[in-house]
Amino acid sequence: MLEIKNLHATVDGKAILKGIDLTVNAGEIHAIMGPNGSGKSTLSYVLTGREGYTVTEGEVLFKGKNLLDMDPEERAGEGVFLAFQYPVEIPGVPNTTFLKEALNSVRRYRGEGELDAMQFVKLVREKTKMLHMSDDMLKRAVNVGFSGGEKKRNEALQMAVLEPSLAVLDETDSGLDIDALKTVADSVNLLRRPENALVLITHYQRLLDYIVPDHVHVLAGGRIQASGGKELAHELEARGYAEFSAGAAA
Amino acid sequence: MSDAPFTDHYGVLRDALPGHDLPWLSRLRASALESFSVSGLPTQRRESWKYTSLRPLEKVGFGVTGAPRACISIDRAPSLLPAASEHHRLVFVDGHHRADLSTLGNLPEGAELTTLREVLTNEPDWLEAHLGAVSGDPGGDWEQPLLALNTAMMMNGFVLRLAEGTVLHDPIEVVHLGGAGDRPLAYHPRNLVVLAPRSQVTLIEHYTHLGEQPYYANIGTEVSLAEGAVLHHYKLQADALDAFHTATVHAEVGPDALYDAFGMTTGARLSRNEIAVRLAGEGANCHLNGAYLVRGRQHCDNTTRIDHLVPNTACSEIFKGVVDDQARAVFQGKITVHRDAQHSKGHQLSKVLLLSDKAEIDAKPELEIYADDVVCSHGATAGDLDHDALFYLRSRGIPEPEARALLIEAFLAESVHNIAAQGICPALMSSIGHWLAGRPKEI
Ligand SMILES: Nc1ncnc2c1ncn2[C@@H]1O[C@H](COP(=O)(O)OP(=O)(O)O)[C@@H](O)[C@H]1O
Ligand SMILES: [Mg+2]
Repeated sequence: MLEIKNLHATVDGKAILKGIDLTVNAGEIHAIMGPNGSGKSTLSYVLTGREGYTVTEGEVLFKGKNLLDMDPEERAGEGVFLAFQYPVEIPGVPNTTFLKEALNSVRRYRGEGELDAMQFVKLVREKTKMLHMSDDMLKRAVNVGFSGGEKKRNEALQMAVLEPSLAVLDETDSGLDIDALKTVADSVNLLRRPENALVLITHYQRLLDYIVPDHVHVLAGGRIQASGGKELAHELEARGYAEFSAGAAA
Repeated sequence: MSDAPFTDHYGVLRDALPGHDLPWLSRLRASALESFSVSGLPTQRRESWKYTSLRPLEKVGFGVTGAPRACISIDRAPSLLPAASEHHRLVFVDGHHRADLSTLGNLPEGAELTTLREVLTNEPDWLEAHLGAVSGDPGGDWEQPLLALNTAMMMNGFVLRLAEGTVLHDPIEVVHLGGAGDRPLAYHPRNLVVLAPRSQVTLIEHYTHLGEQPYYANIGTEVSLAEGAVLHHYKLQADALDAFHTATVHAEVGPDALYDAFGMTTGARLSRNEIAVRLAGEGANCHLNGAYLVRGRQHCDNTTRIDHLVPNTACSEIFKGVVDDQARAVFQGKITVHRDAQHSKGHQLSKVLLLSDKAEIDAKPELEIYADDVVCSHGATAGDLDHDALFYLRSRGIPEPEARALLIEAFLAESVHNIAAQGICPALMSSIGHWLAGRPKEI
């Protein structure tokens, strides 16, 4: 589904990603772990097409198509979704308006019919219920005045509504208390399909108790330094990233 | 005669002007004309006109608006209010009152909505006492050439009067349709709003167009609010894109009275809203808000002056604009707190989105404070859309043009939703929507 080959990227002229290779197949869950500043969010932005993140070498194929050639909205249409580490506040745009616009844009892109107001409300009701979210959060402006946890839940809601085939969750666990973490994990697990895939970027092992990865990678110094099964996450939890950071510096 | 533009219109119009048999009015017009002949149209050498040039206006060669054209076939004038709502309406076409299109409805006792012409005929003495009472001494030194021009040539306009304690629940709408003539026309509507103590009303002015011809509307409005009176004054200027629109408003706000104004500009090739508010009674309050959306080569100027003359007066002023292409916007906001106006509050904010490299804003906030115990602030920002927000929306699949439109709409929505008369919000939001879709709102 996703093939990242020798990906190099710079931010402000500074090399951040220095040759990433990663293949994610349909049905798989990958966890990417690594110290602060190692380039995890940078990778997620390169995958979603944020401006300012320049690819200098390598390629990314998504379902066989060149992802790097596409606009952010096309990537979303193709089924790529990023749950932001720092969700953006958008004053003046009600959350429902945003969700409806997003869903119908994606449906248009995919050649599916748009949902009318009634159908949309019904769909969103189901999803908010699943995430234990209040209707109030739908009426408020996107992420404005939301607590850290509410913002993360709102990311999960968008994911649930848009039903992407590849979701990248960038530190979605940070800022969530244990109950909220379980709720979000449940909703993510509900979206699992054999034809979908998930990339979890996280600092901590904690989330991986609820969403169990098939593969764990350590990203340090702009490269994947090690890959393994879910037991690698436990090792990292116990030993820290020091040895990989040292390896990256060398 | 001088060679100032428009002065030749006076000779043509003189006998057709209402009240030409009233000596006081003839003197008033003559002295206004005299002063305009000397000054001519304001030029950029004047400090308050530094950023706006009226040259394009001189080039068009506007004619005078004579008798109303009989055969303009419209059966219904557009409205900013929901079709089913109760309201009172006056309609003007090219500056001429159209009784056939107006629907006054049942105005309550103590409320009067009529035309300048009618008051001139029936109550000239009342008009003599009120015309120029707020805008300044007509015989004196005309600092405002456009108002002088208006005074010399005014033909008609609306007069709104409320008796003490009269509270109107249904809004009053005045619709001005331009461009119906068979050649470019200039006209000079003159309006008066006089509210007696504790009276309240919502007044909506809608400027739009129906014909093909360019036109120049040079409007003068005087607002007088006695103790405890409340005027919600909303205006949508959606004139034709080859029209010119200059409007001068003078408001005097008495003790505990409120002047609550919101103006939205989407139309006209060149427009200027000049609003001067005198907070003249203790507890007087004004909200002077505005929004504008301009593109192409449009020029939109909002120039405001608020004078705090006595203690405990308050004003808040927020202007938000969206400027695209090579359009240019001007915001000049002056707040003066005079020496006696202790414990006054003044807040002013200008926020502009510049959507293209060639779009321009000249923002000139000015605070002059002569009292020592006051709370005042001002700020001005100009910039592009928030890139992070734009990326966030696009990352969810919303195409860039739609994402931009959402953010622009959100930027202005706040101002619109703060309007007290919620009835006109849908119409204003739909004007914004039409602008964003690149189409003028059809009427
Ligand atoms: N917008 C940016 N401007 C400048 N430097 C950035 C920007 N984003 C990230 N960086 C730098 O890139 C590196 C990787 O950051 P990031 O991808 O956020 O790491 P992580 O998510 O793994 O903590 C850091 O050194 C950070 O300072
Ligand atoms: Mg990060």
